[in-house]
Amino acid sequence: MIQIQHLIKQFGRQRAVDDVTFTIEPGESVALWGSNGAGKSTILRCLLGLMRFKGQIEVFGNDVRRHGKRVRQMVGYVPQELGFYDDLRVLEAIRYFGTLKNVNTIDADSALDRVGLRGHERKCIRQLSGGMKQRLALAIALLGDPPVLVLDEVTASLDAVGRREFIHLLASLVADQSVQRRSILFASHRVEEIDALATRVLRLERGKVIVDQSALSFSTMIRAEESESIKSLLRLFIEPRADSSRAITLLQSSGFDARMNGRGVYVAVEHGQRGVPLRLLADAGMRIDDFEFVTHAEEDRK
Amino acid sequence: MTASQLINPVTLFQPTTRATRSCLANVVSIARRELRDALRSRWLLLYTLAFAALGLGVSYASAASVGGAGMAGFGRTTAGLINLVLLIVPLMALIAGAGSIAGDRERGMLAFLLAQPISRSELLLGKFVGLALALTTSIAFGFAVCAGVLAWQQSGDVTSSGSALKVGGLLLLVALTLLLAWSMLSVGILLSTLARRANVANGTAIFTWLALVIATDLGLMAATMTFKLSIERLFALALINPLQVFKMWSLGAVDASLDVLGPAGLYGQQTYGSSLTWVFGGVFLVWILLPLALAIVVFRRSSIS
Repeated sequence: MIQIQHLIKQFGRQRAVDDVTFTIEPGESVALWGSNGAGKSTILRCLLGLMRFKGQIEVFGNDVRRHGKRVRQMVGYVPQELGFYDDLRVLEAIRYFGTLKNVNTIDADSALDRVGLRGHERKCIRQLSGGMKQRLALAIALLGDPPVLVLDEVTASLDAVGRREFIHLLASLVADQSVQRRSILFASHRVEEIDALATRVLRLERGKVIVDQSALSFSTMIRAEESESIKSLLRLFIEPRADSSRAITLLQSSGFDARMNGRGVYVAVEHGQRGVPLRLLADAGMRIDDFEFVTHAEEDRK
Repeated sequence: MTASQLINPVTLFQPTTRATRSCLANVVSIARRELRDALRSRWLLLYTLAFAALGLGVSYASAASVGGAGMAGFGRTTAGLINLVLLIVPLMALIAGAGSIAGDRERGMLAFLLAQPISRSELLLGKFVGLALALTTSIAFGFAVCAGVLAWQQSGDVTSSGSALKVGGLLLLVALTLLLAWSMLSVGILLSTLARRANVANGTAIFTWLALVIATDLGLMAATMTFKLSIERLFALALINPLQVFKMWSLGAVDASLDVLGPAGLYGQQTYGSSLTWVFGGVFLVWILLPLALAIVVFRRSSIS
């Protein structure tokens, strides 16, 4: 059980988290939903004891400030992107973290099977794709079967295929009833992640919880917002990436609202015109590797 | 069990989690990881080769200039090595320490490491021990190369009492160099906990190195002339700088006299006598422990983003 009471985190004059209180029961999977700067990641970092805060956070009765090590023994953490020694091999990494988590070598090695990394043990971390790095981070988080999993926008750095695969993997782990009743707390702004993983959603705005609702009612509400939206956002993955700025210029000269964000080119398109940007770029000889539609509601939260 | 405990939801479900490891076990694990990474890294290889090559040059040139034998050759070689150590070892140790926490922070690795069941003090101490061992390996290798050249130059003289003195002197120089390296590593780690970015930490480390090098002979001379310092104050000022302490201690140990250092050296020798070794040792102990303790305090108070 996770109990967060009157959590306040201030950066200078700005309150990143403003008097947040909630409880997560064993077996619950709770999503923190909100735009950038809403306070999602800050709450997770306070829970892990990475930041100083006001208020109280307890994990199974253990105060994060006083029993930080014990709390973190009970929490598996997957960050947005695994930043680790690039020249370390996968097996070395999992064994190292296994040692820190008091897990024996055999159990540590078997964690690679659970995330489909068997066969990649000898690879250096720099040789892994973004998706595989996240699998490694998940394998590390699952070492010792912690009763709490904390996931911080774990698919944000992945492409569309990698994201789908990773969510599928997470969903299968959540559904695995052989493990003890595990609580999951994750930050996200993607509807498909909420659909696949969450049982409950906390909507955050400017550091405050504005709505605490079931995942089902949240999905219904978001779908309604989506259908009300006239325009959709098309996210294009153009290869080579250097062509992205040429693509934006071309789309803008054709009257589209196009811009770069992270790895993708975002284009606002009206219903009935969704294929036009694709055709324009293909005619100009550009290679589109992948594309997806993003709801405005989802995009607004980035 | 009381009634309140029975209805307390926390007690209804208690997970079966593994016990956390002891502080010492975590420090050892982190130190081993840090040592392995340092030994694989290019910076340590570069510094080790530079130190060994320059040491080799100094040893060869010094021994050759006095015909390659006797105490005169050893004294000159040692003096050359002391100057070399004063330049290279503090820089090497400061840079190693400066990159430790700030580098991990920049890579995004620090948050991930600290999300594991380890404390910040354990991480910092583990890094210190691992890097100290890496520096020890590097310095030992450099001195071994120099010793090899000295032995080759004076082959046939290895059983004499003069040779035993040289081996003892060289080992003492190695020990003092290690103390200097560990103290500078400690300062480097403190700088690393204070900086948000690795390049800021490295820049500050280089500036600190420069300040400490300048504050040895040149700085003391300038301070004496400008402020007309008394001999007691001059000696006290010299004791503040670990580089100066290394110089006084190593020259005193090799030469058995501090008269080469002028009035301040003689004052120290006459005032403290044989307890001067304890004074020097104490200064190094403070320079190792104090920055490390401050680093732990700073690191424990900082937010990791």
